[in-house]
Order: sequence, then C-alpha cells, then structure tokens
Amino acid sequence: MWIYEKKLQYPVRVGKCDPYMARLLLEQYGGADGELAAALRYLNQRYTIPDKVIGILNDIGTEEFAHLEMIATMVYKLTKDATPDQLKAAGLADHYVSHDKALFYQNAAGVPWTAAYIQAKGDPLADLYEDIAAEEKARATYQWLIDMTDDVDLQDGLKFLREREIVHSTRFREAVEIIKDDRGKKRFF
Amino acid sequence: MVNSQVRVYKPFIGPFDPCPPLPYRTYVVPPNQYIVFQPLDWPQFSLAEALKLGTLWPNLYSPYESKSKRVEEVGSDGEPV
Amino acid sequence: MENQSKPAVDQRYYELLEKLQMIDFALIELNLFLDTHPDDLKSIEQYNRLAQERIPIVREFQESYGPLMHFGHAYSKFPFEWPQAPWPWQV
Repeated sequence: MWIYEKKLQYPVRVGKCDPYMARLLLEQYGGADGELAAALRYLNQRYTIPDKVIGILNDIGTEEFAHLEMIATMVYKLTKDATPDQLKAAGLADHYVSHDKALFYQNAAGVPWTAAYIQAKGDPLADLYEDIAAEEKARATYQWLIDMTDDVDLQDGLKFLREREIVHSTRFREAVEIIKDDRGKKRFF
Repeated sequence: MVNSQVRVYKPFIGPFDPCPPLPYRTYVVPPNQYIVFQPLDWPQFSLAEALKLGTLWPNLYSPYESKSKRVEEVGSDGEPV
Repeated sequence: MENQSKPAVDQRYYELLEKLQMIDFALIELNLFLDTHPDDLKSIEQYNRLAQERIPIVREFQESYGPLMHFGHAYSKFPFEWPQAPWPWQV
C-alpha cells in the first residue's frame, strides 16, 4: 500500500500569476512523457520483471507521484487567483468551460491522458529501455518548459525535476546491467 | 560560463528559409550518458546543495539555464557565452 | 470547521520543513542508489544514520504543525489533526 506524507519533495515556489504557463506545465501532468505516465508505467511493469530490479521500479515509480504533486502544485498556484477574464486572455477559455480551474489529466494541447502512452512488454530489456527513453524525453520536456518561462522561482522547481530525470535514467541503465549479468555480480566500469 | 555539457551544431541554411537563420543550435549531453554503473564512494554534495540541485552526487549534476535568458547572452560571434 | 485553532504557518514552519526535505531527499537518493548497489555497506550506514537524524526533526515539526503522516503513522491531538489545512500545495 501507499502512505501519504503531508509535504512536497521539494519546496515549490511560483513568482507570478501566469495561467498560460500553467497550461504548458500540463504536458508534464497528463502528457505522454509526463509524471503520471511515468509513475503508472514503472509501477505496472514491476509485476513482470526479475526480482533484482523490482525495487528500483517500485521506488522510482513512487517518487514520480511526488513529482506529479509538484507539477500540480505549480499549476494550482499559477491559476488559483486568476479571474475568468485572465484565463481567457491566457488562452484557457476552452479549459475553463469544461473544468473551471480544476486540474485535468491532459497535455499542454488539451489531449486527455491515455494508457496508450505507456507500454508493458513483459520483456525486461524492452521495458527498461522504454523507461530510459521516457526519462530522457521528460528531461527534454523540462528543458523546453524552463525555456518558456522567465519566472526564476518556477525555473528553480523545474530544474530540480529535470535533474531527477537524469538520476532516474542512470538507475535504469544500471538495472539493464543487472539484467544482463545473470550471475547477479556487480560490474563497475 | 561555458557549460561543458552543451553541444553546438550549425544547421544547414537553405536559400529560401523564410526566417532569419539562427547561427547555431544546441543540445545537452548530461553526465549520465557516460556512466554505465555508478561506482561506489563518489563525492557528495552537502544535504542542502543536494536538495537544491536535485542530486546527491556532483558527478550526476547537469546544469540547465532558460534559453529565454540565454538568447541575450549570445556573443557578437553568434556563439553562446 | 476547518483551520480553527490551527497555528498559521510561520517562518519556522518553512525552516523545519526544508530541513526535513533535505534529509529526506538524501534518503531517496541513497535508497535508489542502494536498489542497484545493495552491497554498499557505507551507503547503508549513511542511510541508517540519516533515518535516525530525521526522527527528532519530524517530532519537532509535528509538535507544532500537526501530523506528517496518516493511517496511524503519527499521533493526533484533539480534534483529529490530519484532515486540517494547510495541505502541501497550499503553502
């Protein structure tokens, strides 16, 4: 089971009311390479992978939920006190008519999240290589999001999340090495 | 400061490109691309730095600055500064 | 019936929280590292040491600002403190 801890993994700050940026951030909320997709992908793959690497999938999958909460916090803060007129001016009228300010699992273009974004092949190498690719794609998405804002507070949280993708990618690469090494012996290069 | 993880390439400039050509494009090669299996006993950041930067290990740290800011930092030779 | 008798978050709330976030972040990093390096005794020792160090900080935080965890992983004063604001995304 999971137990909730009433704190964010990293202190999220937002420097200004910017509903348009909130819309862009949804790419990492309900997008193909976003945090929801990541969490569900790893936690689903863990059932059909050798015991030696279940732990890393389990724990990275769990951390992804903390990242999902950070993105949600950013979106929440960026839109919390925006008026309908401000949302309209920011191009969020289409979101407003369906959801008001509610968060919705969709990408920056408004496409709803789908399980088709994530694969579970049952082959450990195929799954781990998908996971490595997912981390690199999420890292790139964070870069483009950082490029889209001049809010240094927001950039700060996004830089943290970008770095986490790099660490996760490293761990999945190590998982590949563990899978390759049948005798369970660690090899250091 | 030059970020040693940044790679630069010059895109082909076509004679009929409608926009003024950008002199170069960049991409980042983070340090994890050179690590097959993290060795033991790597030096660590302090706990405060680790949280701030998003990793416990300097060898895994990859800086990234917003391009909306970096555009202003392009030198007269068109190279990133 | 929300927010009554609850101390508003103050400077100390953020300081204590960040202190905990620092330790807990290192614990996450070490946990992921140990998932792929289970034989690294030095990292296990550091992990156990930090797990010890977080206990008094958690206690101090919860004393002033209420439980960090639900489902019996923290005690409660009266009235039940868990469902009281603020939630992490609100502060």
